[in-house]
Order: sequence, then C-alpha cells, then structure tokens
Amino acid sequence: MIQMIDVFKVYANGTRALKGVTFSLNSGEFAFLVGPSGSGKSTVIKLVTGEIAATDGQVIVNGHDMNLIKMKQMPFLRRTVGVIFQDFRLIDNKTVYDNIAFAMHVVGASSKEIKDRVPYVLELVGLEKKAKVKPAELSGGEQQRVVVARALINNPALIVADEPTGNLDPARSLEILTLLQKINELGTTVLVVTHEKPLVDRFSQRVIAIDGGRIISDGIDGYYNYEVEQ
Amino acid sequence: MGITTMKLNSNRLGYYIKEGFISIFTHSLMSFASVCIIVAFLVIMGGFSLLALNINALVGKLENENVLLAYVDESYSEQDARDLRQSLRVLPNVSSVNFISVNQAMESFLGRYEDNSRYEDVKPDWFRHRFEIHVNDVALLAQTQIDVSEVHGIVKVNANLTIAKGLVTVRNIVSRVSIGMVSILLAISVFIMSNTIKLSTYERREEIAIMKMVGATNGFIRWPFILEGFLLGTIGSIAAFASIWGLYGLVSNSIMDIGIGFISVLPFTSVSFRMFMMFVSIGFGVGVGGSGMVLNRYLNV
Repeated sequence: MIQMIDVFKVYANGTRALKGVTFSLNSGEFAFLVGPSGSGKSTVIKLVTGEIAATDGQVIVNGHDMNLIKMKQMPFLRRTVGVIFQDFRLIDNKTVYDNIAFAMHVVGASSKEIKDRVPYVLELVGLEKKAKVKPAELSGGEQQRVVVARALINNPALIVADEPTGNLDPARSLEILTLLQKINELGTTVLVVTHEKPLVDRFSQRVIAIDGGRIISDGIDGYYNYEVEQ
Repeated sequence: MGITTMKLNSNRLGYYIKEGFISIFTHSLMSFASVCIIVAFLVIMGGFSLLALNINALVGKLENENVLLAYVDESYSEQDARDLRQSLRVLPNVSSVNFISVNQAMESFLGRYEDNSRYEDVKPDWFRHRFEIHVNDVALLAQTQIDVSEVHGIVKVNANLTIAKGLVTVRNIVSRVSIGMVSILLAISVFIMSNTIKLSTYERREEIAIMKMVGATNGFIRWPFILEGFLLGTIGSIAAFASIWGLYGLVSNSIMDIGIGFISVLPFTSVSFRMFMMFVSIGFGVGVGGSGMVLNRYLNV
C-alpha cells in the first residue's frame, strides 16, 4: 500500500523535512504515525497524497511510484486514497449528502450508484439522519464523520488521516478512531497521523514514530519508544 | 466498454450543467457583478459601434452624392455622345455612368426655378451632353477625374475635390477612432472581467483544492466553471442586446423628431443580427475564456 525507501525531502526554503525515511504499510494494516510538531509527519502525508514530490528516495503508493507518475495520472491515483483532514475541508454550501456524492461524481458514477452507495456509507458513519443538513449545522465530530464517509465513498484501498482528531474533544476523538478501526477491519488499509498519546494508547496497533525527519521507532509499542527518545 | 464510457460522459455532463447552474445562484453576488460588467461593457461598445456605423453610412451617402460631371465635345451628336458611355464605364473606380442629354440638362436647369419666365429664351444648344459619374472610392476622385478627362470626346470634367477630401478625412478619423475605442474598451473589459472571475475563483479555491484531493481531473473541475462563465456571458450579452435595442430606438426616434435634414439613422434591424452575434461572441469569449484562464493557477495542486 505504502512503501517509502530512504526518502529525503528538502523544501524550497532549505528546510530538511525528511532525512532518509524508510517504512512500509501493507494491505489491510492499521498504523499510527506519531511525532512532535515539525517532525515530518505532514510531509509524509503530502508525499503519499502526491501534493509534493520527494527530493530523493522512492515513494510507492498503491503500486504507483510517485516519482514516475505523470500529473495526468495523479487524479486516478488519488481516487484510490481516501484522505481525512484535521480541518474537515467540507464544502459549506453543499449538504452532507452532496458533499459525499460529489466524490462519486468525480469518478463518473451513475445517479443510481450514487443513490445506492451514499445512504449506505452515511449509515456506516451514523449520519443517516443528517443527509440534508449543511456542514455548518453539524458538530465537529459529525463533520469529521462526514469527511470519513467522503473518504470511504469510492471504496479506496487506503485511507490516510492527517490529525483527524485535532479539532475534536476526547469523546469524539475516540469515536472517530474507533470508526477508522472498524473501517480497517472491513479490509481498508489505514494510516493515522496524530500526536495524541492517550488515544494511541487505547488502540493496540502499530505505531511509527518520527522525529527530526527520521523514523525513530516502529512497532506495536512504538509510541513509548518515541517518548523514551524524548 | 464503449457504452460504459458514454454513460459516464452523460452522467458527467448532467453534473457539470447542474453544478454550473447551482454555482450561479450560490455565488449570486459575484454572478450579478459579472453580468453587470458584461452588460455595461457591451452597451458602451455597442453604442459606440452604432455611432460609428451611422457616421460611416452618412459619409457614404454624402460620398454617393459627390459625383463627377463629364462634358462632351459640342461637335458630338447625341448618339456619338451616348457611345462614350462604354469607354467611361470601364475606367477604374467608376461605379455608374448616367448620360444626360442637352434637353435633359436644360429641363433640369429650368426645373430649379419656380418662376422660369426669365429663362424662356434658354435654348438646348446653351448646354452640352454630359455624364454623371459615380465613383466607388471618393478618395481616388482626383485620379478618376484625370482618367475621365483623357477619354477622347470629353472636354471638361467637374469634380468637387475639397468636399471629397473632407469626406475622406472624416471617414478615416471615424474608422481609426472606432478601432481605437473598441480596442481600449475590450482591453478594459477583459481586465475587469478577469479580475471578477479571479475573485470568484479565489472565493472557491478551497472547493477546488478539495476536488483535487478526492481525485477530480482538471477537466472535471474546469467544466462547471466554464459552463457558469458561458451562462453568465450569454445572459449578459442578451441583456446588453435588449438594452442597446431599446436605447437605440429612443435615440433614433429623438433624432427623427428633431428632423435634421441630411441626417438619417440606420434602422436597428439592418445591424441587429451582426450586433447580436458580436455580443454573444464577446460574452462567450469573456465568460468562458476568462474562467478557463484564471482557473489554471488553482489547478496545479
């Protein structure tokens, strides 16, 4: 699903964000990517979603080498990766239903397919009664569930969540991570970027710790190793 | 496979059209501003074009009235004089040649005076056979005068070169000023319109970024914007056409009411089709071209 081999990233302003990152996330896995601010977590996510390109090294996502992929092919790769953002990024003037449906329009789904699929996914995230509501009328937790539904709608092989609980209270955060774990159990590979230790502790999952642009630990107890390093 | 592709395209087309329409109402203030700019620009440009067309038509009419008079040798019989017509007709810049016999010339002369008792003793042999010659281009009148005078049998050619020169100057000024004004207006309009679209697109940059992130192609993002631009451009051009039609009617009625002798106004119907096509083309170009161009900077995500 994701394979990073000795990846370096130097931004135009000279910031060395990644200094030889190597890790892989296999199909069906669930992992947390943890680390302090400025450690390189967001850079990893941006490399996976194709927002930026690596300065050196190899990034492979769903079988595509991100260094070789053409700009024209990028939209088709992105359809295989569901992305969840901390700040939700919902379209304010569209209803919950339309926010999710438009991701299906992007892939050219028929009206019938959209009518069948959107209610199913809304039910999966527990928002079946909020279909006609606009995002501004929802709580933060509900908005994030809409984002999860949008990420899921095209049945992607991989879901990448960038600080999905950053704007939520602990209870809603737990709900969202539980939902992501449930999605993983249904077969989708999930990578969650977070810095919330108490939340990570509740899930006995793989933790990849990054600091200073380098992977400092990787394993079921990875977060603890990261703390020891601090 | 082919059927699937067609189905996908028709699904997309429906979506683009729906989104284009929805977007106009969702961003109603920007849509209103865009339509107003298109209407204002087209009305100003259309008004100026109509003014230029009318001045050109008036100058053309005056040019037509500015004829050469070629007098035939007195020794020529009427038939010999008439036979010169063919030699004159083939000269460059000559559009039409009318033969006027001495009798017709005399009648025309006498007809100018209500009380012609004073002219009772006027005889046909006081006059010469003559030709009234219309030209294609009044700017070449002097050369045509020379060409006509060189025809064997023509003894004198009268031409009002001062008036001809004046008409040419007016026509040149009108064409140059109209081209200049229309170019300036077009440049200003494209600038204002592209800024309006820029503002509108900037407002929706987040929406575009989200679309890119869920895997939308540039075409998928661009089409609703282009359709929106097309709809706004078309609405604006139709509104401008209706406005200019109404305004032109009011102005031309006022001119007719005042009744300035030599001034006649072109009927709107004589230019309406060309003007409509021009308005729709400009509305389409500014609306579609503007949205297409501005979008590019937000698509490189």
